[in-house]
Amino acid sequence: MHRENSRPAARYGLIAVAVLFLALFLVLPLAAVFGEALSKGATAFGSAVTEPDALAAIRLTLLVAGISVPLNIVFGIAAAWAIAKFDFPGKSLLISFIDLPFSVSPVVAGLIYVLLFGAQGWLGPWLRAHDIEIIFAVPGILLATIFVTFPFVARELIPLMSEQGRDDEEASLSLGASGFQTFWRVTLPNIRWGLLYGVLLCNARAMGEFGAVSVVSGHLRGITNTMPLHVEILYNEYNFVAAFAVASLLALLALVTLVLKSIVEWRFDYHRGGAGH
Amino acid sequence: MSSPLQMPAPGLAAETRGGSRRSQSIIPGFGLTMGLTIAWLSLIVLIPLSTVFIKSAGMGWAEFVAAGLSPRAIAAYKVSFGTAFVAAIINAIFGLVTAWVLVRYQFPGKRIVNALVDLPFALPTAVAGIALTAIYAGNGWVGQYLEPLGIAVAYNPIGITVALIFIGLPFIVRSVEPVLEDMSAEVEEAALSLGARPWQIFFRIILPAILPALLTGFALAFARGVGEYGSVIFIAGNMPFESEIAPLLIVTQLEQYNYAAATAIATVMLVASFAMLLLINLIQAWSRKRMDG
Amino acid sequence: MVVAATGLASCSSGSDDGGGAVQKAELLNVSYDPTRELYAEINPKFAAKWKAETGQDVKITMSHGGAGKQARAVIDGLDADVVTLALAYDIDEIAARTDALSPGWQKRLANNSSPYTSTIVFLVRAGNPKGIKDWDDLIKPGVKVITPNPKTSGGARWNFLAAWAYALKKYGSDAAARDYVTKLFANVPVLDSGARGSTTTFVERGIGDVLLAWENEAFLAQKELGKGKFDIVVPSISILAEPPVAVLDGNAKRHGNFQLAEAYLKYLYTPEAQDIIGKNYYRPISPEAEAKYASQFPKVNLVTVDDEFGGWQAAQKRFFNDGGVFDEIFAKTKR
Repeated sequence: MHRENSRPAARYGLIAVAVLFLALFLVLPLAAVFGEALSKGATAFGSAVTEPDALAAIRLTLLVAGISVPLNIVFGIAAAWAIAKFDFPGKSLLISFIDLPFSVSPVVAGLIYVLLFGAQGWLGPWLRAHDIEIIFAVPGILLATIFVTFPFVARELIPLMSEQGRDDEEASLSLGASGFQTFWRVTLPNIRWGLLYGVLLCNARAMGEFGAVSVVSGHLRGITNTMPLHVEILYNEYNFVAAFAVASLLALLALVTLVLKSIVEWRFDYHRGGAGH
Repeated sequence: MSSPLQMPAPGLAAETRGGSRRSQSIIPGFGLTMGLTIAWLSLIVLIPLSTVFIKSAGMGWAEFVAAGLSPRAIAAYKVSFGTAFVAAIINAIFGLVTAWVLVRYQFPGKRIVNALVDLPFALPTAVAGIALTAIYAGNGWVGQYLEPLGIAVAYNPIGITVALIFIGLPFIVRSVEPVLEDMSAEVEEAALSLGARPWQIFFRIILPAILPALLTGFALAFARGVGEYGSVIFIAGNMPFESEIAPLLIVTQLEQYNYAAATAIATVMLVASFAMLLLINLIQAWSRKRMDG
Repeated sequence: MVVAATGLASCSSGSDDGGGAVQKAELLNVSYDPTRELYAEINPKFAAKWKAETGQDVKITMSHGGAGKQARAVIDGLDADVVTLALAYDIDEIAARTDALSPGWQKRLANNSSPYTSTIVFLVRAGNPKGIKDWDDLIKPGVKVITPNPKTSGGARWNFLAAWAYALKKYGSDAAARDYVTKLFANVPVLDSGARGSTTTFVERGIGDVLLAWENEAFLAQKELGKGKFDIVVPSISILAEPPVAVLDGNAKRHGNFQLAEAYLKYLYTPEAQDIIGKNYYRPISPEAEAKYASQFPKVNLVTVDDEFGGWQAAQKRFFNDGGVFDEIFAKTKR
């Protein structure tokens, strides 16, 4: 443990600066969301979040997260396995490519699917001829969401699995376990907290993505509106209380994510600390 | 502590645990997992992204420059890159303080502060946008006290910067934190006992050690800020040449049916993203070399 | 991927009641920003009428947004059966870039396919503290004017043309008109991308002294958003805004609901719909509804795009396309 050696003045000063900064830039927006949502009382809040279009938006958001997160879990584990357990040329390049969605503007993420699947896009005429809807329908929203959440799980697992090395797996395999058994019994328990951590952030982003989804959604009430888009629509209908009410559900989700994440972190540190020697 | 956004050094796997240097492994599944990774990556990221380049390659250089580097586009890049840069600088300072406080000090509510740092990762950007507007507009919670002082935050580049500070903070804190944790306090104590002043310790001992991590976090926050859309449009003001960000210009061009211009601007931004990632990798390569040497 | 996508597409696009298209029809109306309340009231009335006439249930889905964004979405494949947009140019673009409707679309329904009209007025704060009476007052120093971005908002294009028409009439030359509009935009602090964004900025955020708005938006803001907080000022000259509607034949025929789509738009011209239109502060075109709501709408000296600017194609090209007058004005004032 670190000894608290600095002079108290500096120490309290720094703590105060940090806390004040976080309060101003993080806590205040959060408080504003809940404050505005409840500004007309709990009844207005309740009716805003149980209105059919709001429920449809909630359902769609859950559906999109429910599909995109598991797909990215599978991809994330596969990518981490390939990258962490094997040596091959071009590894850095592959990691950079996996990172790419972090630094691509969400708007560009939406645009690329319009260029690909839109009626004026490369595959548009073919899709239309076969009556397949991607853009302005759920699949487009799904693709855009998968794109922006692409790196979360992989990025969490790659350093973790690299650090853990191959020894446990090799021991298990030499004792006669199959590859799948080894993964299930040895690797997965080792990475479960890290995995959960990645999944939480992946899920939060999947439910909250706005820019990319906005480009491909078409904003059909009750059909292609996710929760963040529904917030925007309500806002544009001068229905500010309802907008903030739906927004507060998303903020609540963020808070739950943070609480779960703190728990995971605590277990994770505990787990690593325990296994560390 | 680990964060998904903390950049592990590429090629880390080859360097941890001496045993891993063996290139022959009995571990199965390389073909399967590698195949899956490449296929998924290509389908979701690489092929769709390539459309932007192919589309703008078909434009011809003059047309590309006219659209992607028009005065208005350049003004938008200046706004986007400028505000992202300022926000990243502010975050670098306060993020470092926050990380320092979280690593070095015990205080009541530390757990909450620690959890809060990740709020921007978890809170949808559009929600952040309307919340920040509600706070900083002239009649907002904070704006009403700033306006009499002649300070307008919302609807100008300051508003954009505020939104980007919100978005970028966790990148800095989570990048710097692990390095600070690994740094023992003994060196500082030794320096202190030898009569060094706190600022000397900071600039001579602490800063050099955390600089790579700080730069990485800075680059991540900067890259994210340049592309940010959802939280910015509500608070930006969106005036061409003043407070119009590049992602908004892409959307605006799309809405004018000007696909070529939208694609050209997207290409410029993508190239900037690539450059940023490259820079991050270089920083890490440099820092590893320095650590080894 | 495609297989998964197909499955999802089919379950999202509606014909999931199992009974086939005869029992329940669906109609997608892609519209611009301020028509939300109007169509929210018209749709159930039309559905009831259609049910009474044909025995078929109809579910009408709406999509709202800035006119440019909406037309862009349709061009990119948003499967609208009908579009009800802010100005003819955006529907012209759909006609030019897709095979969904023919170029002569605007002749198919009465009154240039516009079942309602509107105009541009000023919304000012209660008591009109800045004393804004006409267009000239907007370019005075210290007056802040809120308008959306003409590049992306249909309403903003009407704003721009109304201002130009006024200056042209008053000062008599294109150069003077350009000078006037340049000064006008120098007084604009925020450019939202749609009419709704601008109203929110003005009403909710308290920014600006005057909002250039659709007449119907101004009434809505005055009556529903803040009673007694705003006044409407009618300028000496404004523009006759004709928001047109059209069936996208290609899409509607593919969905097998062309007749439904056509009946929907024709319904907008019926006395029942015209009454709802007047009630929602749009100017109705049927003589009866016009007479009934005459007291609601102030007399305005209105110019038209066709007379003043030679139609929307010419106006769009001259003023709003990249490198047009609007871009030149901004390049000059803001750099």
